Amino acid sequence: MLLKQLSVFLENRPGRITQVTKVLDEIGVNISAFSIADTSDFGILRMIVDNIDAALQALKAQGFSVRTTQVVGLVVPHQPGGMHQALEHVDKAGIEIEYMYAFAYNSKAAVIIKADDTLKLVNVLTESGYHVLQEGELMHE
Amino acid sequence: MIWNEHAECMDREQLLRLQNERLRNMVSRLYYNVPFYRKKFQEAGINPGDITGIDQLKDLPTTKKQDLRDNYPFGLFAVPQSEIVRLHASSGTTGKPTVGGYTRADLRTWSEVVARSLYAAGVDKNDIVHVSYGYGLFTGGLGIHQGAQKIGATVIPASGGNTKKQIQIMHDFGSTVLACTPSYALYLADTMKEMGMDPSELKLRRGIFGAEPWTEEMRKEIEAKLHLKAMDIYGLTEVMGPGVAMECEHQQGLHIFEDHFIPEIVDPVTLQPVPYGQVGELVFSAVTKEGMPLLRYRTRDLTTMTIEKCTCGRTLARLTKFLGRSDDMLIIRGVNVFPSQIESVLLEMSETEPHYQLIVDRINNLDILEICVEVNEAFFSDEIRQMEGLAKKIKANIESVLGISAKIKLVEPKTIERSEGKAKRVIDRRKLID
Ligand SMILES: [Zn+2]
Repeated sequence: MLLKQLSVFLENRPGRITQVTKVLDEIGVNISAFSIADTSDFGILRMIVDNIDAALQALKAQGFSVRTTQVVGLVVPHQPGGMHQALEHVDKAGIEIEYMYAFAYNSKAAVIIKADDTLKLVNVLTESGYHVLQEGELMHE
Repeated sequence: MIWNEHAECMDREQLLRLQNERLRNMVSRLYYNVPFYRKKFQEAGINPGDITGIDQLKDLPTTKKQDLRDNYPFGLFAVPQSEIVRLHASSGTTGKPTVGGYTRADLRTWSEVVARSLYAAGVDKNDIVHVSYGYGLFTGGLGIHQGAQKIGATVIPASGGNTKKQIQIMHDFGSTVLACTPSYALYLADTMKEMGMDPSELKLRRGIFGAEPWTEEMRKEIEAKLHLKAMDIYGLTEVMGPGVAMECEHQQGLHIFEDHFIPEIVDPVTLQPVPYGQVGELVFSAVTKEGMPLLRYRTRDLTTMTIEKCTCGRTLARLTKFLGRSDDMLIIRGVNVFPSQIESVLLEMSETEPHYQLIVDRINNLDILEICVEVNEAFFSDEIRQMEGLAKKIKANIESVLGISAKIKLVEPKTIERSEGKAKRVIDRRKLID
C-alpha cells in the first residue's frame, strides 16, 4: 500500500533540475509526481516515477545523491472539504506529517504524504475508506 | 620484518657516536664545498673544527625553503655537477620548484631507506608492488620503485593517472601492495565502486601512503574501502624523498632512519630544541647526503617525537603525531587553523565523506570561512530538517574544535575537484585581494 519515492539532493545551481529530468528522459522513465523543497543553499527533489530502479541506477551513475523513501499516495475525494476531512483522521490518530505535495491522478487530485509513521497512516486512511494508491497503480492508469 | 637490523636496532649510544661522526664530516663538506653554508658559518663565527657532535646542532644555521629558491637550481649542491646522476624537483605551489641532486651513493642510500620502509610495512620479495605515485621529477614514483626493486619485489611502475586502467592492471596482475597518495587511494576506491568492482576481488594487502598529510580517520576509511593495511611513509625532496621515516607494523609512529637523517624538533620561533613529546617544527640534517646535504632543514611540519624503543625492536626515534604543515596553516581571524583539524571533525561524523574544501574570504575586513562538504548517499535524507540538522552539527563541531565560526555548505557528491595527485583543500581568496 506504500509508494516508493525517489529523492535527489541538489545544490542550488542553475540547470540542476534539468540535469535530472534529462537523465530520466534518456532512459524513458516517466514522472508522475514531483515537488521541490529548498533552502537557500540546497534543495531536495522528490519524485514518483514509473520505473524507480532504473531511475535510481541512472541518477547514481551520474553522481547524484539519491535515495528512496516510502510514502503514501492519497486520492482526495472530489467533494468540498474532502482534503480537510482526510487530514482530520490523520491528526486524530496522532500521526505527524513531515511533508506533502499534490499531483493530478486520472483527472482527480491526489497527494503524496510522508509521515513519521507511514504504515499507521495507510491503515488509518484505508480504514476510513479512502483510496490509497498502490504501487503500480500509477503506471497502469 | 627488519631490513637492516644493524642500523635499525642499533644501541642509541652507538647511534649517537655514528651521528656525531657523520655530522662532523658533513659540516666540513658544507664549509669547503658550499659557499652558502661557508658564509653562514663565517657569519656565526663557527669553524668546522669547532663542531664535535649533534649536541651542537642547535648552534648551527638552519636552512629554509627560501634558501633553496635563492640558490635555484644547483646552488646548494656540494659536489660538481659531473658527480650528480639524478635530479628531482617538487613543484612549488608558488615560485620556483625545489630541486634535489643525487650522487650514485645518494641513490644507494635512498634505495636502502625505502627498502627498510617496505620491510617495516611487511612487504618483501614475494609482493607485487603497484606504484601509483607519479614518475618523473616528483620523488614518489622512482623513490618507491628503487627500494621495491632492492628488496626483490615485483614492481609495477603504473605512475599516476588513467585510473580505470590501473584498476584493471591491479586486478589482472594481482598487485599486493599499493603505493600512492592517500587521496589517490580514496579516488581509486571510488572509481572501483563506479566500475562495479568489489575491492575484495583484488589481492591488495598493504598500502604505502604518503606525500600529503592524512588523518587516522582517513586511514580507517581507506582500509575499509580497499581491504588493506594502510601504512604511513614520510619524506621530502629536500631531504631525500619518500623513506626518511616510516611506520612499522605496530603503527606507533614513524621510525626515522636516523643514521642518515638526524631529526630535531624545535620551537619554530627560537629554533631551539623542545623536549621529547612536545610539539615543534621538524628539522632534518641529511648527514650522509653527498649531492645536496642540507643542514637543519626546516620541514614546516609540526610534530612530536619519542626515542622510546618500539615493540618492533627498532631503537630509531619515532615521529608520533603530525599536527599539520605550517605551510597549510591558515590564520583566520587570528586563529591558527589546520585543514587536518577540519578533516578530523568531518570524519568523526560518519555521515560525511572526507571530501571537503575550505574557502577563506575577507568581507568588510572580516575573515569568512566557508566549508563545502560533500553529502554522501548514506546520510542524504528526503527531509530538509535532517539535512539542516547535519549542517548545524558540522558547524557546532567545527566551532568547538577551532574556536571560530564557519559557514557550512552541503554540496553534491563529486562536485569538489578531485585531483589524482594531491587534494586541493583550501581556496584562500584573501591572497587575491591583498
Ligand atoms: Zn616499530
